[in-house]
Amino acid sequence: MSQLSHAAEHPPTTTGLDHRKMVMWAFLGSDCLFFGSLIATYLLYKGKSLVGPYPADVFNIPYTSVSAFVLLMSSLTMVLALAAIQRGDQRGLRIWLAATALLGAIFIGGQYFEFITFYHNGLGLTTNLFGTTFYVLTGFHGAHVTFGIIILLSFLVMSFRGRVAPEQHLNIELAGLYWHFVDVVWIVIFTVIYLVEAPNIV
Amino acid sequence: MATESATHTRQGSHPTPARYIAIALILAAITIVEVVIVYLDFLNPVLLPLLAVLSIAKFAMVVMFFMHLKFDDRLFSVLFVGGLLLATGVLVALMTLFGVFFA
Repeated sequence: MSQLSHAAEHPPTTTGLDHRKMVMWAFLGSDCLFFGSLIATYLLYKGKSLVGPYPADVFNIPYTSVSAFVLLMSSLTMVLALAAIQRGDQRGLRIWLAATALLGAIFIGGQYFEFITFYHNGLGLTTNLFGTTFYVLTGFHGAHVTFGIIILLSFLVMSFRGRVAPEQHLNIELAGLYWHFVDVVWIVIFTVIYLVEAPNIV
Repeated sequence: MATESATHTRQGSHPTPARYIAIALILAAITIVEVVIVYLDFLNPVLLPLLAVLSIAKFAMVVMFFMHLKFDDRLFSVLFVGGLLLATGVLVALMTLFGVFFA
């Protein structure tokens, strides 16, 4: 992409960079702090629950691994949606946006099923420190994914109405940045919360 | 126009769809390795560092290639990595204060 075509997308700025993209990266930087604090809280109270169920009692690593894989692959479909709009391929944009939203919905459905299963195994939000820190951390992540799905579906509808022109690909790129961010947060949560617990599961 | 010439000074060409798919395959392979090694008992003594390395590799690949940070302006990296370092600092400070590192 030429520099001139990029410059034509937004008015001149002091940095020469698009303010919207700057704001998105600043937001993602601040969201690192948000999730960092939640992960830190989980780790601080890890192993300090006085009553069960404990992580090893409820975690199902193979099941969560499939969820993690689904979310990881949604990053691929998201970036393919961006590549499609950048070359003016509206059909490709719709296919990959729909695929990304579908994979995100599968992930959220999986998380809902996981929460229900944990609840039936006796782990509520206020049961113990593990329950509180786990549900708050993964619940906020799920809320982020849900918001991302709404954004993707909004762009999908706009695309069908012919309101996503190739020269407006930055809008899709910004949605993609947000989507990839929720993916990288899950990469950390999957390792720090789930995988390190696997050796304790009999 | 000065602003135009300064716009996206480090903007390089993004990877092709084929490259994106190759990166996704590598990410999938790393995920499989992560899940397999947690079930290998003989790796338990080095499990945490191994998982950390694999997780950081996945994180970095998504951020650099799918989020295009490798190809975009350095200022975006400063904003994101700055937040990431602050978050890591908060995590380490809290764990130190709560006696996790020095009980």
